Amino acid sequence: MPAAADQTAPNLKSLVGQILDEAHRCGATAAEVAVGNTTGLSVGVRKGELETVEFNNDRGFGITVYVGERKGSASTSDASPDAVQTTVRQALNIAKYTEADPCNGLADADLMAHTFPNLDIDHPWTVDVEDASRLALDAEAAALGVDKRIVNSEGARLATQRGCHVYGNSHGFVEAAWGTRHSLSCSVIAADKDGMQSDYAFTIGRAADDLEDAAAVGREAGRRTIARLGHRAVQTGQYPVLFDAPTASGLFGHLLSAISGASLYRKESYLLDSLGRQATAPGITLAEDPHRRKGFASAAHDGDGVATRAKAFVDDGVVKSYILGSYSARRLGLATTGNAGGVFNLDVVTDAQPATALMQTMGTGLLVTSLMGQGVNLVTGDYSRAAAGMWIRNGEPVYPVDRITIASNLDAMFKGIVACGDDIDNRHNIRTGSVLVGDMTIAA
Amino acid sequence: MTDALENATRALWDAGEIAERDVTGLLGRLTSPGIDTGELFFQLGESESWSLEDGIVKSGTYSVDRGVGVRAISGEKTGFAYAEEVVLPALANATDAARAIARSGQSGAVKALSRNQPPARYADASPIASADDDSKVTLLREIDAFTRALDPAVKEVTVRVSLNHDINLVVATDGTMSADVRPLARFDVMVIAERKGRRERGFGGGGGRFDTAWLFATDAAQRYAREAVRTALVNLDGIDAPAGTMPVVLGPGWPGVLLHEAVGHGLEGDCNRKGTSAFAGRIGERVASELCTVVDDATLPDRRGSLTVDDEGTPGQRTTLIEDGVLVGYMQDKHNARLMGAASTGNARRQSYAHLPIPRMTNTFMLPGTTDPDEIIASVDKGVYAVSFGGGQVEPTSAKFTFSATEAYLIEGGRIGPPIRGATLIGSGPEVMASISMVGNDLELDTGVGICGKEGQVVPVGVGQPSLKIDEITVGGTNA
Repeated sequence: MPAAADQTAPNLKSLVGQILDEAHRCGATAAEVAVGNTTGLSVGVRKGELETVEFNNDRGFGITVYVGERKGSASTSDASPDAVQTTVRQALNIAKYTEADPCNGLADADLMAHTFPNLDIDHPWTVDVEDASRLALDAEAAALGVDKRIVNSEGARLATQRGCHVYGNSHGFVEAAWGTRHSLSCSVIAADKDGMQSDYAFTIGRAADDLEDAAAVGREAGRRTIARLGHRAVQTGQYPVLFDAPTASGLFGHLLSAISGASLYRKESYLLDSLGRQATAPGITLAEDPHRRKGFASAAHDGDGVATRAKAFVDDGVVKSYILGSYSARRLGLATTGNAGGVFNLDVVTDAQPATALMQTMGTGLLVTSLMGQGVNLVTGDYSRAAAGMWIRNGEPVYPVDRITIASNLDAMFKGIVACGDDIDNRHNIRTGSVLVGDMTIAA
Repeated sequence: MTDALENATRALWDAGEIAERDVTGLLGRLTSPGIDTGELFFQLGESESWSLEDGIVKSGTYSVDRGVGVRAISGEKTGFAYAEEVVLPALANATDAARAIARSGQSGAVKALSRNQPPARYADASPIASADDDSKVTLLREIDAFTRALDPAVKEVTVRVSLNHDINLVVATDGTMSADVRPLARFDVMVIAERKGRRERGFGGGGGRFDTAWLFATDAAQRYAREAVRTALVNLDGIDAPAGTMPVVLGPGWPGVLLHEAVGHGLEGDCNRKGTSAFAGRIGERVASELCTVVDDATLPDRRGSLTVDDEGTPGQRTTLIEDGVLVGYMQDKHNARLMGAASTGNARRQSYAHLPIPRMTNTFMLPGTTDPDEIIASVDKGVYAVSFGGGQVEPTSAKFTFSATEAYLIEGGRIGPPIRGATLIGSGPEVMASISMVGNDLELDTGVGICGKEGQVVPVGVGQPSLKIDEITVGGTNA
C-alpha cells in the first residue's frame, strides 16, 4: 500500500512543528520530537511457491519534553490532532514525577547540523509482488541446485522499505530524511547421515541496482550450507582463532559498546577511563564516515540534531574518542561527539592482508563463520560464545567444526589481534575484513 | 463471560465508530473464493515505564499503540497487511491488500459473529492505572536506598518498573470472535558492585500478568534487590570457568531456559510442518531420558507467558510435549495445524497487530521428579552447578542450542565449590535431553522476566524446571 497522500516530508515537518508548539503551549521549556513513516513490502517464497506477502506501513511519533531539568517521554502510533494533544500531556505528566537532572536538555543550539550533504540514500523501488517473488524464487532455485544434499528450504525473501524520518527540537531545528533499504535473503537445509544443517546468505542495498544477483545469493547460501556438513570434533584446548568478516563485524561491535557513553556512565564497561589508552593491537583504526553516499547509517545529524562528522574513535590501537550523545557527554563531563544513537558507517582500517594469507599466518586453528547466544559480559570483558566454522591446518581448510565454544576476554582478544584481512564485508554498519586474534580456549 | 468482549469492542471499535455489521462486512470481503481462512486482529496497547539511575528517577515513558492486522490464508500462502487508523476506509484497504494473495475479485459473506470467550487466566485491571505515579517513583527511590544499604560494594543501582495493558480482539472468517485483556508488569533491579578493583554486574527481577499490588503489598521488590546484590557479590569472587565436556547440574526455576532452547523451539508447529526441525516426524519416538515430562501451559494463573486466548482467538491450553521421554505433541497455531491435519493448541502469538501470528511457547516447564536436590549435587565428583542464565539460542534444524550462565559454581567431590565466571553451555537438544540422569522434586517457575525472540518478534514467556543433572554437556570456560 502506498503511503497516504499527506505523509510527505513537508507535511511531516509541519506535524513536528505542531507537536513542538503544543508542548511549549502546555508548559514545556524545551522539547524534541521524532516522527517516522515507513512503508514496505516483504515477499517470501519457499520450495518454489509464493508463501507470504506482507505490506507494512508504520507511522507514529515520539516526544521528549523538558521542564527545567526534568524530562518525560511519550510515543504513539497515532498522529491525529487528538493523539498529539494526549501524548504531549502524557509526556508532561511524566515530567512532573521525574527528578531534576542537570545533564538533561537539548544539545547546544550551535551544534545543530546546518549543512545537508547529498547522502544518496533514497532510491525507491516500485517492485510488484510478482517481480519480487520471481527474484526470491531465482535465489532459492540457485541454492537448491548447488548440491543434491540440499534437501529442504527455509525459503527466500525479498524486502523493500522506504521511510521518512523527521527530527525537530525547540532550537527551531527540523530536518527530514528519506531513505530506502532493499534486501534479498535465502536459507536452505542440507542433510547427511549426521542430520540436518542450515545456513543462509543475503544481500542488502540502498538501491535495487546495488543488490547482488539473486542466483549468486542463492549459490552462496547453498555453498555455506554444504560447507557445514561432515563436521568433526576438535580437542578442547588453546588455539588461534580467525573471525570471518561478518563475525568480526559483531566482535568490533562489543568494543564500540564498551566505549559508548551509556556503558561508561553506568560503569558497565571494561574500558572505563580508556581515553588515550590502548584498546586494540597497534595499527588498527576505527573511524566513522557519516556522510558516505549510500551508507547504511549515513546521516547529516545524530539523534540530538547535532551535526555528524568523520572521525576516529580508535587510532593506531589507542582510544581517541568515546561515542557520545549530549546527555552521556554531560554525564561524563565531555563534549558530545555527535553520536546520539550510535556510530554512523564505521570502518575498521588496518594494514590488511589477503584473507588466505591470514590462514597461512594462523597455521593451525579455527576459522569462525558463525556465532550463537549471549555470553559477552561488557563489565568484565569476559567472552564465551557458541561457535561454528572450519578447522584450519597448516593454512588450509580441512573440515568443518561445530557445537563448540570459544572463550577469552575482550581486552586480551583486541590487544592480541595479529592481522586483519582485506575481505571487507560491506553489508554492515561496522565494516571490517576478517580478524585473526591470538589464542582462545576452544571447548568441545 | 462476555465482559472481556464488551470491554474490548468498546475500547477498539467505538473511537472509529465501527459497528459489528462493519466488521462482518470486512470479513465477507476477506472471504473471497480462494481464501481458506483469515482474521482481523484489533489491538490497543498501552505501556508505561519509569527508571531510576544514579540515585534519581531520571526518565519515564508512556506509549499507546493502536491498530488492526488483517491476514488472509490460501493454502500455504499468507497475505498480510495492517492499518494504524482503526477506521473503516483504512481497514478496507488493509483487507484488500491481504486478500490479494488469492487472485479473485468476488466477496463472500460472513453472517453474525459467535462469541467464544473462555474464563480469564488473570484479572483485566490495568497495572498502569493501579497505582498513582507518585507511589511508583517513591517505590523506585525506596528500592534504590534499600539496595545501596545492602552492601558497601554496591556502586551503581538501576531500578525500573515496566507496565503494560493490552486489549485485543480477534474476529475470524469462521464467524468467531474472542477478546483478551492482558496486563503485564515487571520490576527489575540491576547493580554494579566493585571490590578490590574488580567490577561485576548483578540482576534481580520479576513480574507477571497482574497489577502493581504485588509491589506495594508484598516484599517482592526488596527480594529482587537482594537477589541483584547477592549475584553481583557472588560473581566478584568468580574464578575462571572450566572448559570441556562434563556433568552439569542445573538449579530449579529460570535454568528451565534449557527446555525452551533444547526442545521448545524445535517443537513449534511451523518448523515441523516444513520439516526443518530436528524433531520433525518424530512423534512417538524417544527424544529425552524417561525422567523427562515437559509441558507448555498457557493456563497458569497470572504467569508472564499465560494467555486466556491466543492471538488467533483459540483458548490457551496445557499441552504435553514430552511424556516420560517420548515426544507426544507439538505447539500449533491454526495455520500450521490445518496444514498438518492437527488442531491448534492455542500457541499462536504475535508481537503486535503489525506482525503475523506464528506458533510460540507460553510457559514451558518440566514436571518434578522424586530426587532430593542435595542428592543430585552429591552425585557429581567434578562438574558445574549453574543456577542462573543470561539467555540462550537454538538452531532448530540441527537441534544445536546454547545458553550462557550468569551464576554458576564448580562442583568438587559432591559439594558446591567456588563461583565461576560466566560460561556458555552448548549441546544438541536430543543428546542433552537423553543424558538427563536425575530430576529433582523441587519444581520452580521463573520469577517472570523471560522474553523470547523469533523471526524478529518478541513476546513474554515463562520457563521452569526442577533441579536436574545432565551427565555430559560442553562447558565453554577459559580453563582448558
